[in-house]
Amino acid sequence: MNIHLIAFIVLGILAIASAIGTIATKHPIYSAMSLIVHFFALSALYLTLQSPFVAVLQILVYAGAIMVLVVFVIMLLNLNEDEKQTIRIQSRNSFGIVLAAIFFIMIVTFIMSNPLNQPNSTNVYNLFTAQSLGSVLFTKDLVAFEIVGILLLSAIVGAIVMAKKKLIN
Amino acid sequence: MNEILWISLEALIKAIIILSLLLLSAAISVYLERKLSAWIQLRIGPNRVGPFGLLQPIVDVVKLIMKEDIVPNGANKFLHGLAPVISLAVAIMVWAVIPVADPIKIGDHIIQMGISPNADIGILFILAMTSVGVYGIALAGWSSNNKYSLLGGLRSSAQMISYELSMGLAILSIILISGSFSLSDIVNQQFSHWGGFRWNIFIQPLGFLIFLTTAFAETNRAPFDLPEAEQELVSGYNTEYSGMRFGMFFLAEYANMATSSAIITLLYLGGWTLPFAPSAIGLEQGTWILGLVQFVIFAIKIYLLVMFFIWVRWTVPRFRYDQLMRLGWKVLLPLALLNLILTSFGVLFINH
Amino acid sequence: MLELYLPIIVMVVLGVVVALVFLALSMWLGSRRATPLKTTTYESGVEPVKTARERFSVKFYMVAVSFIVFDIEVVFLYPWAIQAGTLGIIPFIAMIVFIIILFAGYYYELKKGGFEWD
Repeated sequence: MNIHLIAFIVLGILAIASAIGTIATKHPIYSAMSLIVHFFALSALYLTLQSPFVAVLQILVYAGAIMVLVVFVIMLLNLNEDEKQTIRIQSRNSFGIVLAAIFFIMIVTFIMSNPLNQPNSTNVYNLFTAQSLGSVLFTKDLVAFEIVGILLLSAIVGAIVMAKKKLIN
Repeated sequence: MNEILWISLEALIKAIIILSLLLLSAAISVYLERKLSAWIQLRIGPNRVGPFGLLQPIVDVVKLIMKEDIVPNGANKFLHGLAPVISLAVAIMVWAVIPVADPIKIGDHIIQMGISPNADIGILFILAMTSVGVYGIALAGWSSNNKYSLLGGLRSSAQMISYELSMGLAILSIILISGSFSLSDIVNQQFSHWGGFRWNIFIQPLGFLIFLTTAFAETNRAPFDLPEAEQELVSGYNTEYSGMRFGMFFLAEYANMATSSAIITLLYLGGWTLPFAPSAIGLEQGTWILGLVQFVIFAIKIYLLVMFFIWVRWTVPRFRYDQLMRLGWKVLLPLALLNLILTSFGVLFINH
Repeated sequence: MLELYLPIIVMVVLGVVVALVFLALSMWLGSRRATPLKTTTYESGVEPVKTARERFSVKFYMVAVSFIVFDIEVVFLYPWAIQAGTLGIIPFIAMIVFIIILFAGYYYELKKGGFEWD
């Protein structure tokens, strides 16, 4: 057994277990904690794929920024026991299963058709260092990059508009 | 497989050494804080345990371990225990990428003086871990079921994320200059110009001030110690903590102070480098003596900064929370952005 | 690769283990004599009123949202900063445009009072 395979299996199990934990635990804050563990497992998986830059961004952005907001919101709402509703609507559940199945099929077809899947393609990993990411981002994908800027701008404006009523009061 | 074992073993030995040094330096910082604050306030300070009260921190820790862990009514038991673990673990983890000296050579082996100083994510790893450290404080505040804790935890986490941005921008300016995320590269770059004295503080004075301010805010030290403003919040997020659980927050705070000082030293103050070529005083590159000398220089710089942290705490009054937020978002963030743009113009100008 | 990142993982694991050991040590060595009075939450000496888990100000939420957006902006700057010296003039201009777009967002939030705390 080679070390990468072992690492992949261990981290994969951790990632799947914590992902299940995220949707299976009752209390929202445990869900959030579980999701953070999941991000750490994913980050370690990126490390085994020789992409430390992506690995560290995974923690910096998802575990360090987005989950902070999620935890804040959970704490902000502070649901009391009687306010908690467990969603047990059957139709919604079946809808979720269908959606998950579609998503699963999409991922499988993507992996099957993906040229990156070939073990011999050499330039796969080189894509994911900070340097190579930079040279792609600022030459070929320049337009996409600027659009991301505008997207972030609209995110700020949206957040302000939604919170404005509260801010004035 | 064998190679992996050796790498892990070497890493483990180094990790244990660095961990002991970190805990030791946390103890020294606690002692320094008590002694210096006493002098500043014309008191004597600890002087009973050991010569000059030097053993005081050890006795403190033993006392904290023997004390009872009180978990308050209605607290979330699991998270109440988890929060200090996160805080302390994060404070330890950041040292994974911090070098303490140039690599030394023993026989054919080149030994890095740090756990993994050449990892090309270096400073980003530190930023990522710091951003995870927010959970320790937010969860401590929330899980305690105490109003003071909740307010302290909230204030503290909002403060940490606010200042993290300016910190990231200040670091970006350094990355622009050095072209590397690795801390040993950043230090060597400062050494390799201007006769070993091109410290980043001289070309990034504004960045240095921004980083210093954010370092105070990130470690929740005065004048940014809003989360534990005694007069209004008792003790902030750790109000309901006792025994070693409190001790872990305490340890993490002092370890973070030493870590921040180390990072400031590495990024702006030339790290462990001598102000001249080591061969000028007969030290060969790669010998253990040079390694030791460099480590001592590094430690001295760290402790001077730690003393500065302490000096500021006992001199400067605390901010009000709205002032703190205004400073973070309306002053430091635009300044850091300005600093970044000026630096990038400078780099562009030099390179073309 | 391995020799660079395995040590980091070792340190991360060690950090967690040490923190857990401290926790376990105090559980093992510390006394446990909890009384109902001792475990009441501290509220300046009076009986605690209601629970602490109340809803709090939306301003903290605003801080977190602004943080996310600007943090992602900073993340986009890293791949640029690391090789700004070699990339040339067009990426530089692209970056300045990007920063200006986000500064517009910052300015909007500033004018709308998103950073006000009173």
